[in-house]
Amino acid sequence: MTTLTLSRALNEGLRKALENDPKVLIMGEDVGKLGGVFRVTDGLQKDFGEARVIDTPLAESGIVGTAIGLALRGYRPVCEIQFDGFVYPAADQIISQLAKMRYRSRGHVSLPVVIRIPCGGGIGAVEHHSESPEVMFAHTAGLRVVACADPADAFAMIQQSISSDDPVIFFEPKRRYWDKGEVDTANGVLNALPFDRAKTVLAGTDVTLLCYGPLVRTCAESALAARQDGRSIEVIDLRSLSPLDEDAICASVRKTGRCVVAHEAPVYAGLGAEIAARVTERCFYHLEAPVLRVGGFATPYPPSRLEDHYLPDLDRILDAVDRTFGY
Amino acid sequence: MTVESGAATAAAQSQQAQSQLTQSQQAQPQQAQPQQPLADQPPPERPEAAGGFVQLLTPEGERIDHPDYPLDLSAADIRDLYRDLVLVRRIDTEAIALQRQGELGIWASLLGQEAAQIGSGRALSPDDMVFPTYREHGVAWCRGIDPVKLLELYRGVSHGGWAPEEHKFGLYTIVIGSQTLHATGYAMGIQRDGAVGGDPASAGRPAEAVIVYFGDGATSQGDVNEAFVWASVFNAPVVFFCQNNQWAISEPLEKQSRIPLYQRARGFGFPGLRVDGNDVLACFAVTQKAMQAAREGQGPTLIEAFTYRMGAHTTTDDPTRYRLASELEVWKLKDPIERVRAYLVRTGLAEPEFFADVEAEAKQVGARVREACRTMPDPPPLSIFDNVYAEPTAILRAEREQYAAYLDSFETGAGR
Repeated sequence: MTTLTLSRALNEGLRKALENDPKVLIMGEDVGKLGGVFRVTDGLQKDFGEARVIDTPLAESGIVGTAIGLALRGYRPVCEIQFDGFVYPAADQIISQLAKMRYRSRGHVSLPVVIRIPCGGGIGAVEHHSESPEVMFAHTAGLRVVACADPADAFAMIQQSISSDDPVIFFEPKRRYWDKGEVDTANGVLNALPFDRAKTVLAGTDVTLLCYGPLVRTCAESALAARQDGRSIEVIDLRSLSPLDEDAICASVRKTGRCVVAHEAPVYAGLGAEIAARVTERCFYHLEAPVLRVGGFATPYPPSRLEDHYLPDLDRILDAVDRTFGY
Repeated sequence: MTVESGAATAAAQSQQAQSQLTQSQQAQPQQAQPQQPLADQPPPERPEAAGGFVQLLTPEGERIDHPDYPLDLSAADIRDLYRDLVLVRRIDTEAIALQRQGELGIWASLLGQEAAQIGSGRALSPDDMVFPTYREHGVAWCRGIDPVKLLELYRGVSHGGWAPEEHKFGLYTIVIGSQTLHATGYAMGIQRDGAVGGDPASAGRPAEAVIVYFGDGATSQGDVNEAFVWASVFNAPVVFFCQNNQWAISEPLEKQSRIPLYQRARGFGFPGLRVDGNDVLACFAVTQKAMQAAREGQGPTLIEAFTYRMGAHTTTDDPTRYRLASELEVWKLKDPIERVRAYLVRTGLAEPEFFADVEAEAKQVGARVREACRTMPDPPPLSIFDNVYAEPTAILRAEREQYAAYLDSFETGAGR
């Protein structure tokens, strides 16, 4: 076991992938000498060369579009989108091309492309640097959408995503890049949970709290705080946002009878809506209360001096938990 | 206007354009030379860079020479090109009729663009990769794609469905310009595989290159411009083949560009040229040369094939709302097939029986395509769930099971 930051764990995972498969490429803006604005690709170009760690021109559609071409040629490109709010210029290439090529070709074509996106707020940034666009991609058939929340998962899930024959949108919680955790770098991904499975972070009996990415730590802290009030919260890190690990979600809700979903993205038409509908369908007779959601407001992301109001924090999450006991 | 005065005017325009080029070069401030070796060498000047185009066969069927494009095709080769032209036009005609009869949902006709497609398509080597739009029926023909596969798409039976690597022909791409980036990325893959000539790693394997097709309207798309940037800075072995058919549905070329399209290449740092897109021999020659340059590591070329969309954009379009019938009449005189026929007849390179044989074959191909289209079954309903992911997800499996049960609930078995 090694103690690594989440950023470093991603770096180690990418390094392993580059070592294990000569077809793996890294491409994006500033991923070479600079090592990416968050240093996730630090040192990789030096060790693997400019042909495999490619500083691209500054155009997101070009990054994803040429990655598709490289994948058609047999490569496994890992694209870095510098910030969440910069992914939209690549939307056509991701949604209309990358996601649909297998279907369009009736299975003749696989596009094993990973698109890494630092996501979420909480870093005091300017506009377009704090967004959570995951549901746009979760709504797109043909894409896998995952989010890591801790260094161990970051290390394993990036490698699992690169090994996947499906295109993967890989969300990284940017305000957790410097969180530290134990990572089993020696054993690679051998003992890792499959990347489309949810993980129980804290077991509990009274209410199921579903979360992913940057809010996993917030939710775990909320659960620990609630213990002092005698309330037992089960915190589940979804990890895979598309497809959802419905079995894990429903098993927990059937046990607790209550469910709260937390995400930074706006509640309206967010992932929580889909989860609430599915939990209601499958766990109707186990529910003691409606599934509640806590998340961003139905507004654009606010100026950073207001982001603490926008982002669900410990108190807002526990407020939602309290409300599920009001039924 | 006499021929002489026309030539004189063209020459004057040529001089003017060249002096403008010189001035603009002089006007550029002295800057540090970019790092890329490509940018150190300005694209070579070409005679046609002043506004004319490369032409090897006039509309009247007269064979003319061009110093940069010596052509070494046998009589049999040219007869084969003629056969291709006639057959793809016949397939196109059949498809339009099938749409009118309700057998196809829509059809995008290639009428008028046969020479651009057959000329460029036949210039490719088997190892080259093609990225088409949705109108490249002639190129598809050259790559051995059964025309019935194309009809599948327009009938709504599939979204494509051929194996791109098997034919080295990508899937039809409907969003305008997206495929130019795929082509450029693929070409970057060729570089990484050491399959570009001159690369020490290429020893023993044939050099490869990519050609990507798009239209005049697509040149306004961000993706196309990004592909130009990428291809240029990475010196990727890709040829950009723009069929300028003058119309993007209802919008004429002047809505897309203030300068001739091929001249855009210069700003991106690679050569561009214009070819008579209705001249199958010229399209063959310029494509062959540009592909060879790409294979040898000389980077991208933009070819603007100057042609005309003689039909509607698709069968749902009505060109009478936006363009004059007289324009079509002018272009009919430049028909891509008639000039080859005139050449073959006048030079005695083909006998009357040859033309009769081609006509008979066209009828056969047309009849086969028609029959195959009319008898093409709809795909089974549950195939809707296939090939979304490498392995179906739990959600897909559940939806599939639910829908299968729903279909089975009909007593008539109407579902499956």
